[in-house]
Amino acid sequence: MPKTQHVTPRNGDVLLLVGTMKGAFLFRANASRKKWERGGPYFAGSAVYAMAYDSRGGRHRIWAGPHSMAWGALLRSSDDFGKKWTNPESANVKFPESAGAALTRIWQITPGRESEPRTMYCGVEPAALFESKDGGTSWNLVEGLWNHPQRAKWMPGAGGLCLHTILPDPADAKRMRIAISAAGMYASDDGGATWRPSNKGVRAEFLPDKYPEFGQCVHKVARAKTQPSRMYLQNHWGLYRSDDNGESWTDIANGVPSDFGFGMAVHAEDADTAWIVPLESDEFRCTPEGKLRVYRTRDGGKSWKPMTKGLPQKEAYETVLRDALAADALDPAGVYFGTRNGKLFGSADEGKSWSAIADGLPPVVCVKAVRVSLPRRRAR
Amino acid sequence: MPVTFMIPGPLRALAAERAEVRVDFRSGLLSEALAVLWRECPAVRDRVVTELGEVRPHINVFVDGENARDLGGMAAPVREGAEIFILPALSGG
Repeated sequence: MPKTQHVTPRNGDVLLLVGTMKGAFLFRANASRKKWERGGPYFAGSAVYAMAYDSRGGRHRIWAGPHSMAWGALLRSSDDFGKKWTNPESANVKFPESAGAALTRIWQITPGRESEPRTMYCGVEPAALFESKDGGTSWNLVEGLWNHPQRAKWMPGAGGLCLHTILPDPADAKRMRIAISAAGMYASDDGGATWRPSNKGVRAEFLPDKYPEFGQCVHKVARAKTQPSRMYLQNHWGLYRSDDNGESWTDIANGVPSDFGFGMAVHAEDADTAWIVPLESDEFRCTPEGKLRVYRTRDGGKSWKPMTKGLPQKEAYETVLRDALAADALDPAGVYFGTRNGKLFGSADEGKSWSAIADGLPPVVCVKAVRVSLPRRRAR
Repeated sequence: MPVTFMIPGPLRALAAERAEVRVDFRSGLLSEALAVLWRECPAVRDRVVTELGEVRPHINVFVDGENARDLGGMAAPVREGAEIFILPALSGG
């Protein structure tokens, strides 16, 4: 096994949680975000599609959902930035016997609202939502979604039938949105007891009925923190915005080379700013014209501009997957993405210029960007 | 005579660092022999079988040198004194 190296973040540092097909990595930089230090690989050989950072309640806990082809998937966490990881004896996320299903992969880990520091959510394949009320020690299947009458008609996408996006409303403890490929977005307004499809205006190019109630292959949905009712949605063909909590969606594919893609990130302070990486067709699924371009909107999707400075513009046939694009909350915002070819790029100026953070990683499937906030030491 | 389970390297930490685990078992089905192993090494269970009680697709269980999938899966007969290997399959990329 490869030798694992570690990072020791300091207060105010930026930390990238990078999941790959063969393990997880951490990248640390100070607020200038110019020089990066690497930690990992952790869980070498396991695919890590989901990672998260939980800073609620004074924690600085990293979560990962490694999936070993042989031994299965489980949630593991570290309170010391990867030096030690929990290794639960029993699988902590598993279907109850009554569900008649077995966990394939963990796709998303989402800490709950700030007001609920012990609540966590986990999205898995086969498509299901799990909830923890004790900080991630024990997990329960959200039965209201699992027992949805439409579930029998959900179809897997190329990645499997996965629940990959979890969006608790920060302003309303009962309201939550989730997204599944290929079932679409589902909404709950009663704390997860009942769910309804929420895909009005979202196209399903691969179905006879182009605008069905459900069945869309939603690739990613990102919520604007400063305006929680606003969301951006990257579909399997189609780029959309909602300003009403996902009740209706408007096409915003204005001036992009393709409205196909996976990843999506929204500025932490500006709801009109978002980033995407368009890909060519659902067959090729690589950057159009061999140019690696991040597109940014500053006006809520009315227009998009390519951000290319520092990115390869020749023979760069890259793919950025649904969780491999992220933004930090600094000013100016940092934007980061990883590719299936194992490249990791970052921008410390909101996408204006880019530099390579790493190359030669295993295929990147997850990038999360966080600012480390360590509890202050007590004065002696 | 006990049945002997051979524990693969990645799971030994979950079996008190043992490479072999002997359990009292006369004869019966593989599912019954595994149930005894789970009592002895509960943490090994979820790594080897799914929530549905099936051996994970990329794990092979050999009973006296024969792949249990060719012997009826969980219904494979296990004799007294059998050696049972739990091994990750040759898969990956």
